[in-house]
Amino acid sequence: MEFLKLPEAIARYVRDGDQLALEGFTHLIPFAAGHEIIRQGRRDLTLIRMTPDLLYDQMIGMGMARKLVFSWGGNPGVGSLHRLRDAVERGWPRPLELVEHSHAAMANGYDAGAAGMPCAFFRGYSGSDLAKVNGAIRSVACPFTGVHLACIPAIRPDVTIIHAQKADRDGNVLIEGIVGVQKEAVLAARRAIVTVEEVVETFGARSSNAVILPGWAISAISVAPRGAHPSYAYGYYSRDNAFYLAWETVSRERESFLAWMQEHVMDAVPGPGETAQ
Amino acid sequence: MSYTAVEMMTVAAARALSNHDICFVGIGLPSVACNLARLTHAPQVSLIYESGTLETKPDVLPLSIGDGELCETALTTVSVPEIFRYWLQGGRITVGFLGGAQVDRFGNLNTTVIGDYARPKVRLPGGGGATEIATACGQIFLIMRHNPRSFVKQLDFLTTLGHGRNGRERQELGIRTKGPTLLVTDLCTMRPDRETNEMVVASLHPGITREQVREKTGWEVRFAGDLAETPPPAAEEMEVLRSLHARTALAHGAASGGE
Repeated sequence: MEFLKLPEAIARYVRDGDQLALEGFTHLIPFAAGHEIIRQGRRDLTLIRMTPDLLYDQMIGMGMARKLVFSWGGNPGVGSLHRLRDAVERGWPRPLELVEHSHAAMANGYDAGAAGMPCAFFRGYSGSDLAKVNGAIRSVACPFTGVHLACIPAIRPDVTIIHAQKADRDGNVLIEGIVGVQKEAVLAARRAIVTVEEVVETFGARSSNAVILPGWAISAISVAPRGAHPSYAYGYYSRDNAFYLAWETVSRERESFLAWMQEHVMDAVPGPGETAQ
Repeated sequence: MSYTAVEMMTVAAARALSNHDICFVGIGLPSVACNLARLTHAPQVSLIYESGTLETKPDVLPLSIGDGELCETALTTVSVPEIFRYWLQGGRITVGFLGGAQVDRFGNLNTTVIGDYARPKVRLPGGGGATEIATACGQIFLIMRHNPRSFVKQLDFLTTLGHGRNGRERQELGIRTKGPTLLVTDLCTMRPDRETNEMVVASLHPGITREQVREKTGWEVRFAGDLAETPPPAAEEMEVLRSLHARTALAHGAASGGE
Protein backbone atom coordinates (compact mmCIF):
# COMPACT_ATOMS: atom_id res chain seq x y z
CA MET A 1 0.00 0.00 0.00
CA GLU A 2 1.11 3.52 -0.72
CA PHE A 3 -0.55 6.90 -0.43
CA LEU A 4 -0.67 8.51 -3.88
CA LYS A 5 -2.33 11.54 -5.37
CA LEU A 6 -5.43 10.39 -7.23
CA PRO A 7 -4.06 11.17 -10.73
CA GLU A 8 -0.90 9.19 -9.94
CA ALA A 9 -2.85 6.26 -8.53
CA ILE A 10 -5.03 6.07 -11.66
CA ALA A 11 -2.05 6.54 -13.99
CA ARG A 12 -0.13 3.75 -12.28
CA TYR A 13 -2.83 1.14 -11.78
CA VAL A 14 -5.54 1.58 -14.46
CA ARG A 15 -4.67 0.56 -18.04
CA ASP A 16 -6.46 0.60 -21.37
CA GLY A 17 -8.42 -2.61 -21.87
CA ASP A 18 -8.66 -3.38 -18.14
CA GLN A 19 -11.58 -5.10 -16.49
CA LEU A 20 -12.49 -2.43 -14.03
CA ALA A 21 -14.91 -2.53 -11.08
CA LEU A 22 -15.89 0.73 -9.40
CA GLU A 23 -18.17 -0.55 -6.63
CA GLY A 24 -20.37 0.95 -3.94
CA PHE A 25 -24.04 -0.05 -3.66
CA THR A 26 -25.73 3.37 -4.03
CA HIS A 27 -23.55 4.50 -1.09
CA LEU A 28 -19.82 5.41 -1.44
CA ILE A 29 -19.73 5.34 -5.24
CA PRO A 30 -16.19 6.43 -6.24
CA PHE A 31 -17.09 9.36 -8.50
CA ALA A 32 -13.81 11.29 -8.01
CA ALA A 33 -11.79 8.27 -9.15
CA GLY A 34 -14.09 7.64 -12.11
CA HIS A 35 -13.78 11.26 -13.20
CA GLU A 36 -10.00 11.04 -13.05
CA ILE A 37 -10.14 7.94 -15.26
CA ILE A 38 -12.26 9.92 -17.72
CA ARG A 39 -9.76 12.82 -17.69
CA GLN A 40 -6.91 10.41 -18.37
CA GLY A 41 -8.82 9.03 -21.34
CA ARG A 42 -8.62 5.28 -20.64
CA ARG A 43 -10.15 3.23 -23.46
CA ASP A 44 -11.63 -0.19 -24.24
CA LEU A 45 -12.54 -0.84 -20.64
CA THR A 46 -14.75 -3.64 -19.42
CA LEU A 47 -16.80 -1.90 -16.74
CA ILE A 48 -18.13 -4.14 -13.97
CA ARG A 49 -20.69 -2.90 -11.46
CA MET A 50 -23.94 -4.25 -10.02
CA THR A 51 -25.71 -0.90 -10.54
CA PRO A 52 -23.92 1.17 -13.22
CA ASP A 53 -25.45 4.36 -11.74
CA LEU A 54 -24.60 7.85 -12.99
CA LEU A 55 -20.86 7.20 -12.87
CA TYR A 56 -20.89 4.47 -15.52
CA ASP A 57 -23.49 6.44 -17.50
CA GLN A 58 -20.83 9.16 -17.69
CA MET A 59 -17.99 6.78 -18.56
CA ILE A 60 -20.08 5.01 -21.21
CA GLY A 61 -21.20 8.34 -22.67
CA MET A 62 -17.55 9.42 -22.93
CA GLY A 63 -16.81 6.31 -24.99
CA MET A 64 -14.49 4.58 -22.54
CA ALA A 65 -16.23 1.22 -22.32
CA ARG A 66 -16.49 -1.62 -24.80
CA LYS A 67 -18.28 -3.97 -22.42
CA LEU A 68 -20.54 -3.66 -19.38
CA VAL A 69 -21.04 -6.40 -16.77
CA PHE A 70 -24.03 -5.42 -14.62
CA SER A 71 -27.31 -6.39 -12.98
CA TRP A 72 -29.44 -3.20 -12.79
CA GLY A 73 -28.84 -0.23 -15.08
CA GLY A 74 -31.19 2.58 -14.11
CA ASN A 75 -31.12 5.95 -12.36
CA PRO A 76 -32.46 4.79 -8.97
CA GLY A 77 -35.98 6.09 -8.30
CA VAL A 78 -35.75 8.37 -11.36
CA GLY A 79 -35.73 6.27 -14.52
CA SER A 80 -33.31 5.53 -17.33
CA LEU A 81 -29.58 5.92 -17.68
CA HIS A 82 -29.81 7.73 -21.02
CA ARG A 83 -26.15 7.40 -22.01
CA LEU A 84 -26.27 3.65 -21.33
CA ARG A 85 -29.45 3.42 -23.39
CA ASP A 86 -27.98 5.46 -26.24
CA ALA A 87 -24.97 3.12 -26.37
CA VAL A 88 -27.13 -0.03 -26.35
CA GLU A 89 -29.96 1.22 -28.57
CA ARG A 90 -27.98 3.32 -31.07
CA GLY A 91 -24.30 2.46 -30.57
CA TRP A 92 -23.37 6.01 -29.52
CA PRO A 93 -20.62 6.95 -29.02
CA ARG A 94 -19.66 3.33 -29.60
CA PRO A 95 -21.43 -0.02 -29.36
CA LEU A 96 -21.52 -1.55 -25.91
CA GLU A 97 -21.41 -5.29 -25.31
CA LEU A 98 -23.62 -6.34 -22.37
CA VAL A 99 -22.98 -9.18 -19.94
CA GLU A 100 -26.16 -9.09 -17.89
CA HIS A 101 -26.68 -10.80 -14.54
CA SER A 102 -28.97 -10.63 -11.53
CA HIS A 103 -27.88 -8.94 -8.28
CA ALA A 104 -27.61 -12.30 -6.50
CA ALA A 105 -25.33 -13.57 -9.27
CA MET A 106 -23.02 -10.56 -9.16
CA ALA A 107 -22.83 -10.69 -5.35
CA ASN A 108 -22.00 -14.39 -5.49
CA GLY A 109 -19.52 -13.78 -8.32
CA TYR A 110 -17.55 -11.21 -6.32
CA ASP A 111 -17.69 -13.45 -3.26
CA ALA A 112 -16.24 -16.32 -5.31
CA GLY A 113 -13.52 -14.04 -6.67
CA ALA A 114 -12.57 -12.95 -3.16
CA ALA A 115 -12.57 -16.56 -1.98
CA GLY A 116 -10.24 -17.74 -4.75
CA MET A 117 -12.93 -19.89 -6.35
CA PRO A 118 -13.20 -20.35 -10.14
CA CYS A 119 -16.98 -20.02 -10.09
CA ALA A 120 -19.97 -19.27 -7.92
CA PHE A 121 -23.03 -21.46 -7.57
CA PHE A 122 -26.36 -20.53 -6.01
CA ARG A 123 -30.12 -20.90 -6.39
CA GLY A 124 -30.90 -18.49 -9.17
CA TYR A 125 -32.18 -17.57 -12.64
CA SER A 126 -35.00 -20.16 -12.47
CA GLY A 127 -37.27 -19.68 -15.46
CA SER A 128 -35.60 -16.40 -16.51
CA ASP A 129 -34.65 -15.60 -20.10
CA LEU A 130 -31.37 -14.09 -18.84
CA ALA A 131 -29.70 -17.49 -19.11
CA LYS A 132 -30.61 -17.51 -22.84
CA VAL A 133 -28.78 -14.25 -23.59
CA ASN A 134 -25.76 -14.59 -21.31
CA GLY A 135 -23.51 -17.58 -22.05
CA ALA A 136 -21.80 -17.10 -18.68
CA ILE A 137 -24.94 -18.31 -16.91
CA ARG A 138 -24.78 -22.09 -16.66
CA SER A 139 -25.88 -24.73 -14.20
CA VAL A 140 -24.27 -27.41 -12.08
CA ALA A 141 -25.73 -30.38 -10.22
CA CYS A 142 -25.06 -30.73 -6.51
CA PRO A 143 -22.97 -33.95 -6.16
CA PHE A 144 -24.84 -34.91 -2.98
CA THR A 145 -28.47 -34.11 -3.76
CA GLY A 146 -28.59 -33.72 -7.53
CA VAL A 147 -30.20 -30.30 -7.11
CA HIS A 148 -29.56 -28.02 -10.08
CA LEU A 149 -27.86 -24.77 -9.17
CA ALA A 150 -27.05 -21.70 -11.24
CA CYS A 151 -23.33 -21.24 -11.87
CA ILE A 152 -21.37 -18.22 -13.12
CA PRO A 153 -17.63 -17.54 -13.37
CA ALA A 154 -16.01 -15.79 -10.42
CA ILE A 155 -15.66 -12.04 -10.95
CA ARG A 156 -11.94 -11.17 -10.96
CA PRO A 157 -11.42 -7.51 -11.95
CA ASP A 158 -7.97 -6.31 -12.98
CA VAL A 159 -8.65 -3.30 -10.79
CA THR A 160 -11.29 -2.54 -8.18
CA ILE A 161 -11.77 1.02 -6.97
CA ILE A 162 -13.90 1.90 -3.95
CA HIS A 163 -14.48 5.00 -1.83
CA ALA A 164 -14.41 4.75 1.98
CA GLN A 165 -14.78 7.05 4.96
CA LYS A 166 -11.34 6.79 6.51
CA ALA A 167 -7.84 5.44 6.25
CA ASP A 168 -5.46 5.46 9.18
CA ARG A 169 -1.77 6.46 8.91
CA ASP A 170 -0.83 2.82 8.23
CA GLY A 171 -3.19 2.63 5.27
CA ASN A 172 -5.92 0.48 6.80
CA VAL A 173 -9.38 1.43 5.54
CA LEU A 174 -12.66 1.69 7.49
CA ILE A 175 -16.05 1.40 5.74
CA GLU A 176 -19.34 2.09 7.53
CA GLY A 177 -23.03 2.16 6.63
CA ILE A 178 -24.30 0.32 3.57
CA VAL A 179 -21.15 -1.71 2.88
CA GLY A 180 -22.45 -3.31 -0.33
CA VAL A 181 -19.97 -5.58 -2.10
CA GLN A 182 -16.94 -3.35 -1.60
CA LYS A 183 -14.96 -5.77 0.56
CA GLU A 184 -15.57 -8.67 -1.83
CA ALA A 185 -14.81 -6.52 -4.90
CA VAL A 186 -11.47 -5.37 -3.43
CA LEU A 187 -10.42 -8.88 -2.41
CA ALA A 188 -11.48 -10.32 -5.79
CA ALA A 189 -9.28 -7.87 -7.73
CA ARG A 190 -5.64 -8.08 -8.78
CA ARG A 191 -5.09 -4.41 -7.88
CA ALA A 192 -7.20 -2.19 -5.62
CA ILE A 193 -7.38 1.57 -5.20
CA VAL A 194 -9.29 3.16 -2.33
CA THR A 195 -10.22 6.83 -2.18
CA VAL A 196 -11.08 8.13 1.29
CA GLU A 197 -12.72 11.18 2.83
CA GLU A 198 -9.83 11.67 5.22
CA VAL A 199 -6.76 10.12 6.82
CA VAL A 200 -6.87 9.87 10.61
CA GLU A 201 -4.19 8.95 13.17
CA THR A 202 -6.23 6.01 14.45
CA PHE A 203 -9.81 4.81 13.99
CA GLY A 204 -10.42 5.20 17.75
CA ALA A 205 -13.40 3.53 19.39
CA ARG A 206 -15.15 1.16 17.02
CA SER A 207 -17.00 -2.14 16.97
CA SER A 208 -14.79 -5.24 16.92
CA ASN A 209 -16.79 -6.23 13.85
CA ALA A 210 -16.27 -3.02 11.90
CA VAL A 211 -15.54 -3.51 8.20
CA ILE A 212 -11.82 -2.81 7.92
CA LEU A 213 -9.57 -3.63 4.98
CA PRO A 214 -5.92 -3.98 6.02
CA GLY A 215 -3.41 -1.86 4.11
CA TRP A 216 -1.71 -4.98 2.72
CA ALA A 217 -4.89 -5.86 0.79
CA ILE A 218 -4.80 -2.50 -1.04
CA SER A 219 -2.48 -1.16 -3.78
CA ALA A 220 -2.96 2.57 -3.27
CA ILE A 221 -4.97 5.05 -1.21
CA SER A 222 -5.85 8.56 -2.38
CA VAL A 223 -7.52 11.27 -0.34
CA ALA A 224 -10.62 12.59 -2.12
CA PRO A 225 -12.94 14.63 0.12
CA ARG A 226 -16.53 14.43 -1.16
CA GLY A 227 -15.15 11.85 -3.57
CA ALA A 228 -18.46 9.99 -3.64
CA HIS A 229 -20.68 12.98 -4.52
CA PRO A 230 -23.49 12.87 -5.78
CA SER A 231 -23.55 9.49 -4.04
CA TYR A 232 -22.83 9.84 -0.33
CA ALA A 233 -20.50 9.02 2.52
CA TYR A 234 -22.36 7.96 5.66
CA GLY A 235 -21.28 10.22 8.52
CA TYR A 236 -19.93 12.90 6.13
CA TYR A 237 -22.58 14.00 3.63
CA SER A 238 -25.97 12.84 2.33
CA ARG A 239 -26.93 11.48 -1.06
CA ASP A 240 -27.58 14.42 -3.40
CA ASN A 241 -30.98 13.20 -4.54
CA ALA A 242 -31.64 16.52 -6.31
CA PHE A 243 -28.58 15.85 -8.50
CA TYR A 244 -29.86 12.38 -9.40
CA LEU A 245 -33.19 13.96 -10.39
CA ALA A 246 -31.42 16.69 -12.40
CA TRP A 247 -29.26 14.12 -14.26
CA GLU A 248 -32.41 12.99 -16.06
CA THR A 249 -32.39 16.32 -17.94
CA VAL A 250 -28.61 16.74 -18.27
CA SER A 251 -28.08 13.26 -19.71
CA ARG A 252 -31.10 13.03 -22.01
CA GLU A 253 -29.41 14.70 -25.00
CA ARG A 254 -25.86 14.10 -26.23
CA GLU A 255 -25.05 17.81 -26.47
CA SER A 256 -26.16 18.74 -22.94
CA PHE A 257 -24.35 15.68 -21.60
CA LEU A 258 -21.08 16.53 -23.37
CA ALA A 259 -21.28 20.17 -22.27
CA TRP A 260 -21.81 19.12 -18.67
CA MET A 261 -18.90 16.66 -18.79
CA GLN A 262 -16.61 19.28 -20.32
CA GLU A 263 -17.38 21.85 -17.65
CA HIS A 264 -17.60 19.64 -14.58
CA VAL A 265 -15.15 16.84 -15.34
CA MET A 266 -12.76 17.51 -18.24
CA ASP A 267 -12.00 21.12 -17.25
CA ALA A 268 -12.06 20.41 -13.52
CA VAL A 269 -8.85 19.94 -11.60
CA PRO A 270 -8.63 17.55 -8.67
CA GLY A 271 -9.79 19.30 -5.49
CA PRO A 272 -7.27 20.81 -3.05
CA GLY A 273 -7.90 17.96 -0.63
CA GLU A 274 -6.92 15.35 -3.21
CA THR A 275 -3.31 15.29 -2.21
CA ALA A 276 -1.00 12.59 -0.98
CA GLN A 277 -0.56 12.46 2.78
CA MET B 1 -62.11 12.12 1.22
CA SER B 2 -61.32 12.12 -2.50
CA TYR B 3 -58.39 10.09 -3.76
CA THR B 4 -56.53 9.35 -6.99
CA ALA B 5 -56.29 6.00 -8.76
CA VAL B 6 -52.64 5.69 -7.75
CA GLU B 7 -53.53 6.36 -4.11
CA MET B 8 -56.22 3.66 -4.27
CA MET B 9 -53.63 1.27 -5.73
CA THR B 10 -51.09 2.06 -3.03
CA VAL B 11 -53.59 1.63 -0.21
CA ALA B 12 -54.91 -1.67 -1.63
CA ALA B 13 -51.34 -2.98 -1.90
CA ALA B 14 -50.42 -1.87 1.62
CA ARG B 15 -53.41 -3.74 3.08
CA ALA B 16 -52.00 -7.04 1.81
CA LEU B 17 -49.08 -6.92 4.27
CA SER B 18 -49.45 -8.11 7.85
CA ASN B 19 -47.52 -7.67 11.09
CA HIS B 20 -46.10 -11.16 10.64
CA ASP B 21 -44.49 -10.48 7.28
CA ILE B 22 -40.78 -10.22 6.56
CA CYS B 23 -40.90 -8.27 3.31
CA PHE B 24 -38.22 -7.75 0.64
CA VAL B 25 -39.05 -4.33 -0.78
CA GLY B 26 -38.54 -3.12 -4.35
CA ILE B 27 -37.98 0.59 -4.94
CA GLY B 28 -40.78 2.84 -6.24
CA LEU B 29 -44.43 1.83 -5.83
CA PRO B 30 -43.66 -1.25 -3.67
CA SER B 31 -41.64 0.90 -1.26
CA VAL B 32 -44.51 3.37 -0.88
CA ALA B 33 -47.03 0.58 -0.22
CA CYS B 34 -44.78 -1.25 2.27
CA ASN B 35 -44.07 1.87 4.31
CA LEU B 36 -47.75 2.82 4.28
CA ALA B 37 -48.54 -0.62 5.75
CA ARG B 38 -45.87 -0.10 8.43
CA LEU B 39 -47.26 3.33 9.32
CA THR B 40 -50.88 2.13 9.52
CA HIS B 41 -52.11 -1.40 10.28
CA ALA B 42 -48.83 -3.34 10.32
CA PRO B 43 -46.33 -1.54 12.59
CA GLN B 44 -44.46 -4.81 13.23
CA VAL B 45 -43.84 -5.68 9.57
CA SER B 46 -40.11 -6.16 8.86
CA LEU B 47 -38.98 -4.31 5.75
CA ILE B 48 -35.77 -5.42 4.07
CA TYR B 49 -34.10 -3.62 1.16
CA GLU B 50 -31.51 -5.33 -1.03
CA SER B 51 -28.85 -2.79 -0.02
CA GLY B 52 -28.58 -4.87 3.16
CA THR B 53 -30.79 -2.93 5.58
CA LEU B 54 -32.75 -5.28 7.87
CA GLU B 55 -35.91 -4.13 9.60
CA THR B 56 -35.68 -0.55 8.42
CA LYS B 57 -38.17 2.17 9.42
CA PRO B 58 -37.55 5.15 7.13
CA ASP B 59 -39.29 8.41 8.05
CA VAL B 60 -39.22 9.54 4.41
CA LEU B 61 -39.36 7.34 1.32
CA PRO B 62 -35.93 6.54 -0.09
CA LEU B 63 -35.26 7.71 -3.65
CA SER B 64 -32.81 4.87 -4.16
CA ILE B 65 -32.56 1.38 -2.71
CA GLY B 66 -29.59 2.52 -0.62
CA ASP B 67 -30.40 5.97 0.76
CA GLY B 68 -28.74 6.77 4.10
CA GLU B 69 -32.20 6.98 5.68
CA LEU B 70 -32.62 3.21 5.25
CA CYS B 71 -29.35 2.44 7.03
CA GLU B 72 -29.86 4.99 9.83
CA THR B 73 -33.27 3.57 10.75
CA ALA B 74 -32.41 -0.14 10.31
CA LEU B 75 -31.97 -2.72 13.06
CA THR B 76 -28.69 -3.66 11.36
CA THR B 77 -27.08 -3.39 7.93
CA VAL B 78 -25.37 -6.39 6.36
CA SER B 79 -23.35 -6.75 3.16
CA VAL B 80 -25.02 -7.29 -0.20
CA PRO B 81 -23.69 -10.88 -0.57
CA GLU B 82 -25.09 -11.65 2.90
CA ILE B 83 -28.54 -10.19 2.16
CA PHE B 84 -28.85 -12.31 -0.98
CA ARG B 85 -27.25 -15.50 0.38
CA TYR B 86 -28.41 -15.84 3.99
CA TRP B 87 -31.57 -13.77 4.21
CA LEU B 88 -33.10 -14.19 0.73
CA GLN B 89 -31.72 -17.52 -0.57
CA GLY B 90 -31.83 -18.89 2.99
CA GLY B 91 -35.63 -18.69 2.88
CA ARG B 92 -36.21 -16.12 5.62
CA ILE B 93 -38.44 -13.75 3.62
CA THR B 94 -42.21 -14.24 3.55
CA VAL B 95 -43.14 -11.67 0.87
CA GLY B 96 -41.35 -10.09 -2.06
CA PHE B 97 -42.97 -6.87 -3.28
CA LEU B 98 -42.19 -6.11 -6.93
CA GLY B 99 -43.13 -3.97 -9.91
CA GLY B 100 -42.15 -4.20 -13.57
CA ALA B 101 -42.47 -2.68 -17.02
CA GLN B 102 -44.51 -5.55 -18.47
CA VAL B 103 -46.56 -8.31 -16.87
CA ASP B 104 -48.40 -11.20 -18.55
CA ARG B 105 -51.46 -13.20 -17.50
CA PHE B 106 -49.34 -15.56 -15.39
CA GLY B 107 -47.60 -12.78 -13.44
CA ASN B 108 -44.27 -13.11 -15.26
CA LEU B 109 -42.35 -9.83 -15.45
CA ASN B 110 -40.23 -8.08 -18.04
CA THR B 111 -37.87 -5.37 -16.81
CA THR B 112 -35.14 -5.95 -19.42
CA VAL B 113 -36.02 -4.79 -22.94
CA ILE B 114 -38.86 -3.69 -25.20
CA GLY B 115 -38.17 -5.33 -28.54
CA ASP B 116 -35.37 -7.74 -29.35
CA TYR B 117 -32.67 -8.28 -26.72
CA ALA B 118 -29.76 -7.73 -29.09
CA ARG B 119 -31.35 -4.71 -30.79
CA PRO B 120 -33.83 -3.31 -28.29
CA LYS B 121 -36.29 -0.56 -29.04
CA VAL B 122 -36.06 0.41 -25.38
CA ARG B 123 -33.36 -0.81 -23.06
CA LEU B 124 -34.93 -1.04 -19.57
CA PRO B 125 -32.86 -1.11 -16.34
CA GLY B 126 -32.91 -4.90 -15.95
CA GLY B 127 -33.89 -7.38 -13.27
CA GLY B 128 -31.71 -6.33 -10.34
CA GLY B 129 -32.65 -8.51 -7.40
CA ALA B 130 -36.07 -9.55 -8.71
CA THR B 131 -34.99 -12.72 -10.53
CA GLU B 132 -34.12 -14.45 -7.25
CA ILE B 133 -36.64 -12.58 -5.06
CA ALA B 134 -39.35 -14.15 -7.24
CA THR B 135 -38.37 -17.69 -6.36
CA ALA B 136 -36.92 -17.36 -2.83
CA CYS B 137 -39.71 -15.44 -1.07
CA GLY B 138 -42.72 -17.31 0.31
CA GLN B 139 -45.04 -15.37 -2.00
CA ILE B 140 -44.90 -12.38 -4.34
CA PHE B 141 -47.10 -9.28 -4.43
CA LEU B 142 -47.00 -7.22 -7.63
CA ILE B 143 -47.97 -3.59 -8.03
CA MET B 144 -48.23 -1.95 -11.48
CA ARG B 145 -50.25 0.69 -13.25
CA HIS B 146 -52.82 -0.82 -15.59
CA ASN B 147 -52.33 -0.04 -19.30
CA PRO B 148 -52.24 -2.13 -22.49
CA ARG B 149 -48.51 -1.52 -23.07
CA SER B 150 -47.72 -3.01 -19.65
CA PHE B 151 -50.35 -5.75 -19.38
CA VAL B 152 -49.34 -7.75 -22.44
CA LYS B 153 -50.30 -11.03 -24.07
CA GLN B 154 -46.66 -11.90 -24.70
CA LEU B 155 -43.66 -10.51 -22.85
CA ASP B 156 -40.76 -9.27 -24.99
CA PHE B 157 -38.42 -10.86 -22.43
CA LEU B 158 -39.10 -12.94 -19.33
CA THR B 159 -36.84 -11.39 -16.69
CA THR B 160 -38.58 -12.63 -13.57
CA LEU B 161 -40.58 -15.82 -13.23
CA GLY B 162 -44.20 -15.61 -12.14
CA HIS B 163 -46.10 -18.82 -12.83
CA GLY B 164 -44.23 -19.34 -16.10
CA ARG B 165 -45.39 -19.15 -19.71
CA ASN B 166 -47.77 -22.08 -19.23
CA GLY B 167 -48.84 -21.25 -15.66
CA ARG B 168 -47.23 -24.44 -14.29
CA GLU B 169 -43.54 -23.69 -14.63
CA ARG B 170 -42.80 -23.29 -10.91
CA GLN B 171 -43.96 -26.83 -10.25
CA GLU B 172 -42.04 -28.15 -13.27
CA LEU B 173 -38.85 -26.47 -12.05
CA GLY B 174 -39.26 -27.82 -8.53
CA ILE B 175 -39.83 -24.39 -6.99
CA ARG B 176 -41.77 -24.70 -3.72
CA THR B 177 -42.61 -21.04 -3.08
CA LYS B 178 -45.98 -19.67 -4.23
CA GLY B 179 -44.97 -16.94 -6.69
CA PRO B 180 -47.40 -14.12 -7.49
CA THR B 181 -50.50 -14.40 -5.26
CA LEU B 182 -51.62 -10.79 -5.73
CA LEU B 183 -51.38 -8.14 -8.46
CA VAL B 184 -52.61 -4.69 -7.48
CA THR B 185 -53.23 -2.10 -10.19
CA ASP B 186 -54.82 1.34 -10.29
CA LEU B 187 -58.06 -0.32 -11.51
CA CYS B 188 -58.34 -3.59 -9.63
CA THR B 189 -56.75 -6.40 -7.66
CA MET B 190 -55.98 -9.73 -9.34
CA ARG B 191 -55.27 -13.16 -7.87
CA PRO B 192 -54.19 -16.41 -9.52
CA ASP B 193 -56.90 -18.87 -10.56
CA ARG B 194 -56.66 -22.00 -8.37
CA GLU B 195 -56.52 -24.35 -11.34
CA THR B 196 -54.58 -22.45 -14.01
CA ASN B 197 -52.65 -19.77 -12.07
CA GLU B 198 -53.90 -17.16 -14.52
CA MET B 199 -54.23 -13.77 -12.79
CA VAL B 200 -57.97 -13.11 -12.53
CA VAL B 201 -59.65 -9.89 -11.37
CA ALA B 202 -60.69 -10.41 -7.74
CA SER B 203 -61.95 -6.90 -6.96
CA LEU B 204 -62.65 -3.71 -8.86
CA HIS B 205 -61.71 -0.40 -7.26
CA PRO B 206 -64.76 1.83 -6.55
CA GLY B 207 -66.20 3.33 -9.74
CA ILE B 208 -64.16 1.10 -12.09
CA THR B 209 -66.04 -1.05 -14.63
CA ARG B 210 -65.19 -4.42 -16.16
CA GLU B 211 -65.04 -2.68 -19.52
CA GLN B 212 -62.33 -0.29 -18.34
CA VAL B 213 -60.21 -3.22 -17.15
CA ARG B 214 -60.77 -5.08 -20.45
CA GLU B 215 -59.69 -2.02 -22.45
CA LYS B 216 -56.45 -1.67 -20.53
CA THR B 217 -55.47 -5.34 -20.50
CA GLY B 218 -53.60 -6.86 -23.45
CA TRP B 219 -55.04 -10.33 -22.94
CA GLU B 220 -58.65 -11.50 -22.60
CA VAL B 221 -58.92 -10.76 -18.92
CA ARG B 222 -61.16 -12.89 -16.75
CA PHE B 223 -63.15 -11.92 -13.67
CA ALA B 224 -63.69 -13.99 -10.53
CA GLY B 225 -67.17 -15.46 -10.00
CA ASP B 226 -67.35 -13.68 -6.65
CA LEU B 227 -65.99 -10.38 -7.99
CA ALA B 228 -65.89 -7.82 -5.17
CA GLU B 229 -65.43 -4.08 -4.84
CA THR B 230 -62.16 -2.94 -3.25
CA PRO B 231 -62.96 -1.00 -0.06
CA PRO B 232 -62.10 2.67 -0.68
CA PRO B 233 -59.20 4.26 1.22
CA ALA B 234 -60.04 5.20 4.79
CA ALA B 235 -59.38 8.73 5.98
CA GLU B 236 -56.46 7.58 8.14
CA GLU B 237 -54.82 5.69 5.26
CA MET B 238 -55.05 8.79 3.08
CA GLU B 239 -53.69 11.13 5.75
CA VAL B 240 -50.70 8.90 6.46
CA LEU B 241 -49.97 8.38 2.75
CA ARG B 242 -50.16 12.08 1.90
CA SER B 243 -48.04 13.16 4.82
CA LEU B 244 -45.45 10.50 3.90
CA HIS B 245 -45.28 11.93 0.36
CA ALA B 246 -45.11 15.49 1.69
CA ARG B 247 -42.21 14.66 4.05
CA THR B 248 -40.45 12.86 1.21
CA ALA B 249 -40.84 15.74 -1.26
CA LEU B 250 -39.44 18.13 1.32
CA ALA B 251 -36.46 15.84 2.00
CA HIS B 252 -35.54 15.27 -1.66
CA GLY B 253 -36.21 18.82 -2.79
CA ALA B 254 -38.57 17.49 -5.50
CA ALA B 255 -41.30 14.98 -6.15
CA SER B 256 -40.83 11.65 -4.36
CA GLY B 257 -39.40 8.78 -6.35
CA GLY B 258 -40.97 5.84 -8.02
CA GLU B 259 -44.05 7.41 -9.53
